[in-house]
Amino acid sequence: MHSICSQATAVPRSNFAFDSHAPALPISKPINLRFCGLRKEAFGFSGLTHSCSSRVRFTSRGHSKRISASAENNGTPPKSFDYDLIIIGAGVGGHGAALHAVEKGLKTAIIEGDVVGGTCVNRGCVPSKALLAVSGKMRELQSEHHMKALGLQVSAAGYDRQGVADHANNLASKIRSNLTNSMKALGVDILTGFGTVVGPQKVKYGKVGFPDNIVTAKDIIIATGSVPFVPKGIEVDGKTVITSDHALKLESVPDWIAIVGSGYIGLEFSDVYTALGSEVTFIEALDQLMPGFDPEIGKLAQRVLINPRKIDYHTGVFATKITPAKDGKPVTIELIDAKTKEPKDTLEVDAALIATGRAPFTNGLGLENINVETQRGFVPVDERMQVIDANGNLVPHLYCIGDANGKMMLAHAASAQGISVVEQVTGRDHVLNHLSIPAACFTHPEISMVGLTEPQAREKAEKEGFEVSVAKTSFKANTKALAENEGEGLAKLIYRPDNGEILGVHIFGLHAADLIHEASNAIALGTRIQDIKFAVHAHPTLSEVLDELFKSAKVKATTSSHVPVSEPVAV
Amino acid sequence: MANVLQTSFLPSTSSLRRTSISGSKGKSQALQLKAKIREIFMPALSSTMTEGKIVSWMKSEGDKLSKGESVVVVESDKADMDVESFHEGFLAAIMVEEGGVAPVGSAIALLAETEDEIAEAKAKSQSSSSSSHKVVEEQPKQIEETAPDVPAAAAPTVSASKTVALGSAAHPASDGGKRIVASPYAKKLAKELKVDLGTMAGTGPNGRIVAKDVEAAAAAGIVAASPAKPAPVAPGIELGTVVPFTTMQGAVSRNMVESLSVPTFRVGYTITTNALDALYKKIKSKGVTMTALLAKATALALAQHPVVNSCCRDGNSFTYNGSINIAVAVAIDGGLITPVLQDADKVDIYTLSRKWKELVEKARAKQLQPHEYNTGTFTLSNLGMFGVDRFDAILPPGTGAIMAVGASQPTVVASKDGSIGMKNQMQVNVTADHRVIYGADLAAFLQTLAKIVEDPKDLTF
Repeated sequence: MHSICSQATAVPRSNFAFDSHAPALPISKPINLRFCGLRKEAFGFSGLTHSCSSRVRFTSRGHSKRISASAENNGTPPKSFDYDLIIIGAGVGGHGAALHAVEKGLKTAIIEGDVVGGTCVNRGCVPSKALLAVSGKMRELQSEHHMKALGLQVSAAGYDRQGVADHANNLASKIRSNLTNSMKALGVDILTGFGTVVGPQKVKYGKVGFPDNIVTAKDIIIATGSVPFVPKGIEVDGKTVITSDHALKLESVPDWIAIVGSGYIGLEFSDVYTALGSEVTFIEALDQLMPGFDPEIGKLAQRVLINPRKIDYHTGVFATKITPAKDGKPVTIELIDAKTKEPKDTLEVDAALIATGRAPFTNGLGLENINVETQRGFVPVDERMQVIDANGNLVPHLYCIGDANGKMMLAHAASAQGISVVEQVTGRDHVLNHLSIPAACFTHPEISMVGLTEPQAREKAEKEGFEVSVAKTSFKANTKALAENEGEGLAKLIYRPDNGEILGVHIFGLHAADLIHEASNAIALGTRIQDIKFAVHAHPTLSEVLDELFKSAKVKATTSSHVPVSEPVAV
Repeated sequence: MANVLQTSFLPSTSSLRRTSISGSKGKSQALQLKAKIREIFMPALSSTMTEGKIVSWMKSEGDKLSKGESVVVVESDKADMDVESFHEGFLAAIMVEEGGVAPVGSAIALLAETEDEIAEAKAKSQSSSSSSHKVVEEQPKQIEETAPDVPAAAAPTVSASKTVALGSAAHPASDGGKRIVASPYAKKLAKELKVDLGTMAGTGPNGRIVAKDVEAAAAAGIVAASPAKPAPVAPGIELGTVVPFTTMQGAVSRNMVESLSVPTFRVGYTITTNALDALYKKIKSKGVTMTALLAKATALALAQHPVVNSCCRDGNSFTYNGSINIAVAVAIDGGLITPVLQDADKVDIYTLSRKWKELVEKARAKQLQPHEYNTGTFTLSNLGMFGVDRFDAILPPGTGAIMAVGASQPTVVASKDGSIGMKNQMQVNVTADHRVIYGADLAAFLQTLAKIVEDPKDLTF
C-alpha cells in the first residue's frame, strides 16, 4: 500500500519508524503488514527499522509498543485544542485523511468552502467516468465491424445529450452524498466556509458575509486541491471556450472542438467528444502527443486512439490567444511555434477545451501568516508532506497533501498522502512511495501505468549502474480479450534482470486501469518478479496479460527464500 | 523487438535475395537494384511468424525517413508491431499495399538513399509488381479512344466538385480563400481519398470543408482518386439481388437527379463525314485518333460560338469559360469518367491525340488527377462504335452543353442537283441549358461544326 525499496540489495524493511517519545496509538488493523521496503529518501529518518524476514506479520502486531491513551485525551497538552486534526478541503485527499484519522481515534474536522468531494467527485474523475462510460458504449455500438464480428446487429445508435449530461451529474451527486454521509457517520465535523490559516495550529473559517469562526487543532492538513489552469491570452467564456469544469456538464456537443493539451484530461475528452460525433483538433506545446506516457505506449495509443478517429493535431505550438465565438464568428485560436515563437497558424473552430493542466488552489489560505511562500502556487512540502516555510524550515503541525503540493496530481495520491500524514501525527513515521502509485487514463481502451517509464528507468540504470530489461505481452494473445474481440493492446514491464525488481509497468488495452494494481501492489510491497510469477490467475481473464508478462521476464535471481505461504495448506 | 527488426532493413545483396520466397524468380530479377536502393523486408516479429499482414503504412511514397522512424505497422500472429527503418532515405515504392500479406523475408517496399533514386526504384518496383498483377490487369474490357459511353453517366465528374466549389462563399477568416479551413475528419478523408482540399470550398459552418464535401468530391473522381482501391468489379450479376450503388454510381445518381433542375433542350444535325474519314485515314498512321479529330472540330466550332461554351452557375448570369476544355466520356468498369482535353482549340491535333491516349491509359489505370477529369466546359459522348445512329445525352450539371455523337454510316443521299449518291453521314444531337444557350445559338454552332467536319483542312492546321 505504501512504499517500496528502490535500493538494490536491501532486505525488505518496514517503512514505519516508531517514535518512542510520542505515544503510539492502538492499531486498529495490522497496517504494517507486508510493508517491506524503504525508499531511498526515507533512509536516515527512521528511528527504528526492523527487517521483516517473514512477510506474514499478523502476530507481530503491537510488539514492544507502549499503548497509551488515544490522542483525544492526550495527557496534558500545552494548550487545549478544539480538534486533533483539521483538514482544509473536503476533496478525495481530505476525505481519505479524515476517515483514516477517525480510525486512528483523532477528533477531526474538515472545512469545505465549496462542495464535499472536491474536483475529483464534482468536476473531475467521477463525472468524466460517467461520460466515458457512455462514450465506450457508443463506440461499441457504432463499430459495425466489431459488432458484426461478434454476430450482433445493431441499428443506428444515437444518444440524448441531456440524458448523458444527467447521468454524469447524478453520479457526481451520488458520490458526493456518499462521501458526506461516510464522514458524518464517523463523526467528522464538517465546517462550512473558506478556511484560512491564521497562525500556528489555528484556522479561521466562515462564509462570506458571516462572522468568522476560529478553531484550533493540534495538526492541520491543507488539502485545497486545484483548479483548471488557463494560460494567459485565453478567454474562457464557459460556452465556446471552456475548461473541464464546463465540459463535464456537457451543455453542448460541438461539431469541431479544439483541445489544448494532450495529457490525460485532453485525451479522455477527445474520447468522449469523438464518440458523440465531434471532430477534434489537438494543440500540444511539446513535440509529440501524450508527452507524459511511456513512448512506446504513447505511440501505440496514438495509433489506436488518435489516428483512426476524427482527430487531427498540431504539435510544437502554443495557443497564444483564444477568442470565444461571438457575433456569428467561430472561436479563433492563434498558434505560435513553441520554439521560434513565430506565428504559425490560426484555427477557427466551434469550441475550444482548455486542458493545459491544473493550478493549485492556494490563494487566501493565509500562508503568509506562518511565513510560507508558495512556489507557482504550490505549497512546498518535504517527503512527509510537512510544509516548509520561506526559510526552508519545517512548519510544525502543518501538512499539505494532494494537488495543492503538486507532488502527484491524482486523487488517490492525495488520499494516500493524507493517510500517510495521519500515520505521522499519530506517531508512526511514514513516507509514501510515489513510484507505487498507479495512474490511469480512461480512454477506450484504457491506459495505465505505475513506476518509471522506459527512458526514466534507463536513465536511472545508467546513473546507478544496473541493467534494465523490458518484457512485453500483447492482448492479442489473451483469451478473454479475444473473446471480447478487443485484442488491441500491450503490456510492458520494465525490470531489473539481476534481482527481479519491478521498475515500471505500462498497460494499454481493455480494462488496463483495473489491471495495473497487481503491478502497483507488487511495487508497493516490494514483491519481486521471481516470486509473483508463481501467483495463480483465473483463466480466462484479462489478468493473465500480467501473468504472462511476469512469466516472460528473464530474471537471474532465483525465487526468494521467503515465499508468501511457507506451509502447504490443505483445503 | 529491435534485434529482430535489424534484419528487416538490409541492403538487397544477392545472398539475401536467395532467402526470399520461392516462386518469385521473376520478381527478384526485376529487383536487380543498385546497392543504394534497399529493400524493406517483411520482418520476423516472432519465432512462429511465417507471414505478416501490412496493417498500415505510416509513411507514403516519397516521404523522407530517418533512422529509427516507424515506417509500417505489421500484424503478426501475435501482435501489431511498428517496423522501424534502420537506414536513412526516402520511401521510394510500396510493394505490398495496406491489407496485403507477405511472407517473412520478402520485400514489401523499397528505400532509396537519395531523392533522385526514387523514380528509379519506383520503376523497378513497378516492373516487378506488374508481373504479379498481370492477371488483374488482363481484364477483357477494352477502353479505346472510341470507348463506349453511357450518356446519362457523362454527368458526374465535371459537376460534383464544381457545384461544391460554387456552393458557398469563401470562409470569412480564410484570408480571402488563401487558407484552407477543413475539419479534422475532412482532412483525414482528403488524405485517404487523395482529394485536393484546395480545389473545393466547404458547405460546413462558416464555409469550412467538412467530411461530406470531401466525400462528394471524391465520389466524383473516385476512380482517379483512389488507385489503390479500384471499384469492385462484379464478376457477374446475380439475378434477384439488390446491389447498392458504389460510391461512383451514387455520385452519378445524385448528378442525374440534380440535372432535372436544369431546363434543357436538344438540337440535332446530320453531318457528312467523307472528308473527315479521308483525313483520318491519311493521318491515322501518325497516331491521330477519331476522338481527337472530333474534339478538335468541336473546339474550333466552339471558339466561334463562345456562348455554347458557357454555363449558368447561379441562375442569374452567364459564365463564359476562358478556355475550351472538351470532356469526352469514357466507360470504365463500374461506371464512367470524362477525361478532359484542355484547350482543345489551341493544341495541335497530333499533341491532342497523344494527350488523349495518355488520358485513356490513366483512366484505365485509375490514376487521373482531379483536374484531368473535372475541368471540362463541353462534353462529347460517342456511341457510334455500337452502331447507334442517334441518341440523347443528359447535360452534366455545371456545364452548358453536351453533344451526343452517333455512328457515321453510308447513307443514300439526294443532292440538290437531283443526283442520288452514297455518303457517310453521322447524326449529332446537342443538349444544352436554355438559360444561357438558345436554339439559334446551337443551330449556328452546329452549322459551323458541320462546315469544319465537311471541310476538315483546318483540323490539321
